[in-house]
Amino acid sequence: MMASASGQVQHELEEIYRAESRRVLATLIRLLGDFELAEEALHDAFAAALKQWPAEGLPNNPRAWLVSTGRFKAIDRLRRQARQDPLTDAMAQQLEAETADPADWAEDRVEDDHLRLIFTCCHPALSMDARVALTLREVCGLTTEEIASAFLSAPATLAQRIVRAKNKIRSAAIPYRVPVRRDLPERLDGVLRVIYLVFNEGYSASTGDNLMRTDLSGEAIRLGRQLNGLLPGAEVQGLLALMLLTESRRKARIDDAGELVLLEDQDRKLWDRKMIVEGIELVRRALRSHGFGPYSLQAAIAAVHAEAPCAEETDWREIVGLYDVLLRLAPSPVVELNRAVALSMRDGPDVGLNLIEAILERGELSDYHLAHAARADLYRRLGMSRQAITAYKKALSLALQTTERQFLQRRLLELAG
Amino acid sequence: MKYLCLVYSEEERLHSLPDSPADAECQAYAESVAGSGRMLAAEALEPVSSATTVRMRGGKVTITDGPFAETKEQLAGFYLLDAQNLDEALEVAAGIPAARVGSVEVRPIRQLRV
Repeated sequence: MMASASGQVQHELEEIYRAESRRVLATLIRLLGDFELAEEALHDAFAAALKQWPAEGLPNNPRAWLVSTGRFKAIDRLRRQARQDPLTDAMAQQLEAETADPADWAEDRVEDDHLRLIFTCCHPALSMDARVALTLREVCGLTTEEIASAFLSAPATLAQRIVRAKNKIRSAAIPYRVPVRRDLPERLDGVLRVIYLVFNEGYSASTGDNLMRTDLSGEAIRLGRQLNGLLPGAEVQGLLALMLLTESRRKARIDDAGELVLLEDQDRKLWDRKMIVEGIELVRRALRSHGFGPYSLQAAIAAVHAEAPCAEETDWREIVGLYDVLLRLAPSPVVELNRAVALSMRDGPDVGLNLIEAILERGELSDYHLAHAARADLYRRLGMSRQAITAYKKALSLALQTTERQFLQRRLLELAG
Repeated sequence: MKYLCLVYSEEERLHSLPDSPADAECQAYAESVAGSGRMLAAEALEPVSSATTVRMRGGKVTITDGPFAETKEQLAGFYLLDAQNLDEALEVAAGIPAARVGSVEVRPIRQLRV
């Protein structure tokens, strides 16, 4: 009887850890003013819970208990260090005096703490690599080893990157707060960029043998959902929709032999309908509200694909129209390239080809393998095999990702045969 | 927190670009920062051609003409700020008129451990 009761508590504790540990951490960082100290406090608080809860039962408000215990443990830790370093005793006293009010960790402040953590980890004064690593570590709770393996880097390198970022947060006094209204759009954009980068690395890894890394895409979607809950807005909805609509095609994107399947050849029955329904609803809401931007428009384009019963029935007029708006709002050579491909579907390969040749001539995309692959594909459609082969070879010389390379090699073989 | 904002720019171009600030604008901005209570000091510098570099090695002083390193952009001025956090310092730095033609490096001041 006793054993099963404590087993039950242990199970609940694990649930609480999954659901609450990041939010407890976020509040502890605010109270303690230091990432490192807060992480140790979080660890100590859960260790204490593991000892006390099976015997005493779950507290009424586990999160408040964990924050309060973590705070106490941190002060205790500083006191013990004070024997070596007298400075920490002053810190402990200051902490004890300044954070004594339990209203400080009340429910309504916790959501703010969670947002603070996201904005600080994505602060533009940190390098993009550091922002991604720190967000995955602190906000998502991934271990350093998990992040390192997802980005194919050595755990020691990644650990060092995170330590360096935390040091900069401390020494440059990067604030732990939600940006003021005036800075919010720009800062939010920075957060969305980090989330989208994590998603893309998971959906279409830039190097390595696996084209897709589920765990990272899943984390990015989870982050997008959290952010949408905390700070709903058109572009947050747009990004979440874009990720869901892209993710919905995951199963169809790689065939049984592990080969890449292009959108037009995918078995649409494999697309995840639930994600599509959710994504389309989010796009609709985003486009209806003020302030929609590039993410909402890209999501709208993905939604048009999702709504087409088969590749032949894709509404290319609608897609070209959306690309026109996107190009006005956020001009870039990659958007131009995608618009050219859409135009080739609407008006014929020769129209798209002329545009792509012009874009490539400007030079910004001359090292972008997908630009050469798109050009090659249009030559192939026009029956100009010799030019297609040259362009596929160029694309192959630039592509780094195994599955994409296999696809290009397959196309080359087909053309040669 | 104290921050030093180092204003770098290509000296040749600092005063000759369409976006280059006039002295009066720089003066006005410095006064507005001072008015906000965040300024400890701010000055513009003479060109590096007027710089002299001093080194002490093995008890001997060597004095050389010019800056300590030849760089594409030169230190043209500075602001020493007292700010709550990096965001506040960055906000002041972004408003420095020379930021339109140069770059402003924002460095936290290190407390000497004594």
